[in-house]
Amino acid sequence: MSSITGRSTVDQVPGPTGDVPRGRRRLGDTLFGGAANLSGVVVIAIVALTGVFLATRAVPSLLDDKVNFLTSTEWVPEPGNLRFGILQILWTTVSISVMAMIIAVPLGVLNALFLTQYAPRWLARPAASVIDLLAAIPSIVYGLWGIQVFAPHLTGLQKAVNDGLGWFPLFEGPISAGTIFIAGIVLAIMVLPIITALSREVFAQTPAANKEGALALGATKWEMIRTAVLPFGRAGVVSASMLGLGRALGETIAITIIVSSVAPGTDFFASWLQGGETFASKIANNAAEFNDPSSTGAYIAAGLVLFVLTFVVNAIARVIVNRRKAFA
Amino acid sequence: MSALDTGHQTGPLQRASSLAPSQGLAGRAARNTVATVVVVLAFVIAVIPLVWIILTVLQKGAALLPDASWWLNSQRGITPRIAGGGAYHAIIGTILQALATAVIAVPIGIFAAILLVEYSAGRLARVVSFTVDILSGLPSIVAALFIYAFWITTLGFSRSGFAVSLALVLLMIPVVVRSTEEMLKLVPNELREASFALGVPKWKTIVRIVLPTAFSGIVTGVLLGLARIMGETAPLLILVGYSQSINTNLFSGNMAALPLMINNDRQQALEPAVERVWAAALTLVLLVLVLNIAGRLIARFSSVKK
Amino acid sequence: MAKRIDVKDLNVYYGNFKAVEDVSMTVEPRSVTAFIGPSGCGKSTFLRTLNRMHEVIPGGRVEGSVMLDEEDLYSAKVDPVSVRRTVGMVFQRPNPFPTMSIFDNVAAGLRLNGVKNRKVVTETVEKSLRGANLWNEVKDRLDKPGAGLSGGQQQRLCIARAIAVQPEVMLMDEPCSALDPISTLAIEDLIVSLKDEFTIVIVTHNMQQAARVSDRTAFFNLAATGKPGRLIEIDDTATIFSNPVQKATEDYISGRFG
Repeated sequence: MSSITGRSTVDQVPGPTGDVPRGRRRLGDTLFGGAANLSGVVVIAIVALTGVFLATRAVPSLLDDKVNFLTSTEWVPEPGNLRFGILQILWTTVSISVMAMIIAVPLGVLNALFLTQYAPRWLARPAASVIDLLAAIPSIVYGLWGIQVFAPHLTGLQKAVNDGLGWFPLFEGPISAGTIFIAGIVLAIMVLPIITALSREVFAQTPAANKEGALALGATKWEMIRTAVLPFGRAGVVSASMLGLGRALGETIAITIIVSSVAPGTDFFASWLQGGETFASKIANNAAEFNDPSSTGAYIAAGLVLFVLTFVVNAIARVIVNRRKAFA
Repeated sequence: MSALDTGHQTGPLQRASSLAPSQGLAGRAARNTVATVVVVLAFVIAVIPLVWIILTVLQKGAALLPDASWWLNSQRGITPRIAGGGAYHAIIGTILQALATAVIAVPIGIFAAILLVEYSAGRLARVVSFTVDILSGLPSIVAALFIYAFWITTLGFSRSGFAVSLALVLLMIPVVVRSTEEMLKLVPNELREASFALGVPKWKTIVRIVLPTAFSGIVTGVLLGLARIMGETAPLLILVGYSQSINTNLFSGNMAALPLMINNDRQQALEPAVERVWAAALTLVLLVLVLNIAGRLIARFSSVKK
Repeated sequence: MAKRIDVKDLNVYYGNFKAVEDVSMTVEPRSVTAFIGPSGCGKSTFLRTLNRMHEVIPGGRVEGSVMLDEEDLYSAKVDPVSVRRTVGMVFQRPNPFPTMSIFDNVAAGLRLNGVKNRKVVTETVEKSLRGANLWNEVKDRLDKPGAGLSGGQQQRLCIARAIAVQPEVMLMDEPCSALDPISTLAIEDLIVSLKDEFTIVIVTHNMQQAARVSDRTAFFNLAATGKPGRLIEIDDTATIFSNPVQKATEDYISGRFG
């Protein structure tokens, strides 16, 4: 006689090991569920500990900082005489990222439209893969290509902008070898696949009823896109742009390679035709000198700011996506 | 109302008398054409850099690759002035670091995805999902700084290939989690129910039914994750020194990797060094693209069929 | 083999929503009991409580008792996993495991429950496939994927898979709704022959099917959308279809609503 509380019929099939003890089976579920939970906790712990450890190492140096961390443009973290502020770094970081977004967002949206609304069926998939491959190229290769191959092609354009608009702080000379302008364009290419992929996803989800409704009113394809596809995908495009921005803010080696660093002690400057350092490239450029805890702490403080910035940008993107899901 | 007299002009729109484009339509059609041209142009603009970069790397880097010594020798004793030597030390370093990363990141990533899909009821799953998003936006330099502050400063270990791997774990986990999660979601619920109805415990159902069905997608995720981390440079700059010789010990000493080899000589102007920089770049691009394309092909040809 | 099911005062919930209310019934061993009723009346939900599959859905829970002979399925010391081995289930859409061959599909229940002896597995697979009237059609391609079979064959494969673990009771949730008439007939023949060995409960939308295969029929209904479903009456199939006690049953049977 079999029983649901004890051995079941299957156990009575004579196997080489007799039957399956119930205890082991429950243990299996406990262990497996436990491993899943543990992995989840590890993931949370990693992000939390990143914040904690960066803060722990940064705070002592911040307390010893002789200048205002937020408003100073100096960066001379000498042990015993720490003078470091992020204003210039913040400006350079934001400038490069904004420049990249100005190019990448429209280009990404247009590409997403091409892939979802214009490209013939046979082309859409390989074309999307080609754009995705842009994301696969390592940053360091972008950096090399950007400064050695691409930059020389921009010399004329940069000079023309400087000649015509040099009076405006953004376009002041002297033009550096590697400028924020060049880095912005290269960075735009690097974040393009992220923005394209996510925008493509939302555009592809536009309900056929909306599109057909517009077309049935006599709209041209472009009018259909403006009345049905773009409004439907707006939140998705915003969040895609935020994710692209997050990536741009944190990009390290391509910018380190492309943008010429400026001599320490240079006064604040706003020009996009000069060099500079972002949070990431500042840290990367000085990685070899991480030996004294207090000066290292200054770089870690910069890293902490970058962590907070990208955290906020990514969290906003995530919130927008979720709100959209709630309505879908 | 005068509209009554004019008959067909009663509405706000003038009714088209034939199907031929009327005057108002001509402008709209022109705008439509402009939009089409702009959209197609945007795609062309996006493809140019990809082609340009790949051609550049091929043209400048291909010279050294056919030579067996490139794949078998290191840079030991080689200076920028001397031609020769190979990238074996960097290739082996990149591969070893990537494997060590995968050994840690893949189980965590798969189990976290199982949590998100198979045990999704609790609050933990929601928090983890948010955290994975944050992790996928974490700059590699911040991951590297965290490992520096944690592993090197606080725990007192020295810089090593393994420290790099630890930082890369942070970057690989979200890739594995998201692709595994996608695939697990595609596994029809009916299969889980069929297995439960046979009296199979949940964990066995996941291991024997769900994971095999999603296997190809998980492999894709791992390959894409490996491709991503192999191209990372920032953690290498902070967490390990470059070595021109072969070092296969992840736990001590300087260790090369392809991005580090490129970085080390990228400012050299001497021809032999420049050639090697581009050859290393080509090697890295090939490695990453092969993993990437393999991952995508697996995903395409063995997706879950309902 | 084959056990009696005794349900007492069962309420079934999804979270706070009560989907089925106050069901009491007895299902006789070695018989076919059919559940009929309009869509959304909770007959499938109720069926899933008989092998504790309902609680697989987040928020799914029940009140009341389901006795399998002398044992309460919902008593605290009962392992739902063992319940499902004792009470097998066949689903609406055929769901063979896509990564497995025909043979492995039928063997899945045994192997996943730890039976390793190859001889035992091979014999059980053949017996189950014969029991599901599928053996002659697949015996030459046991190593081919189960997904390559026709819909009706797949469903019989799923039935073979379910009987391979030798359950006492077999639950079938609209097993023919995704099948063509010929395949449906084959499954119906199979159901009738299976009742020699198993207690069978089948949910169906098809009243002719209920009349053809079942010994007893239970009619479920719900007062209004958003209200829980209830068992209206259960009786011998002949009685339900010719002379039901409740007016609602008669209306439904004669096609006046639902």
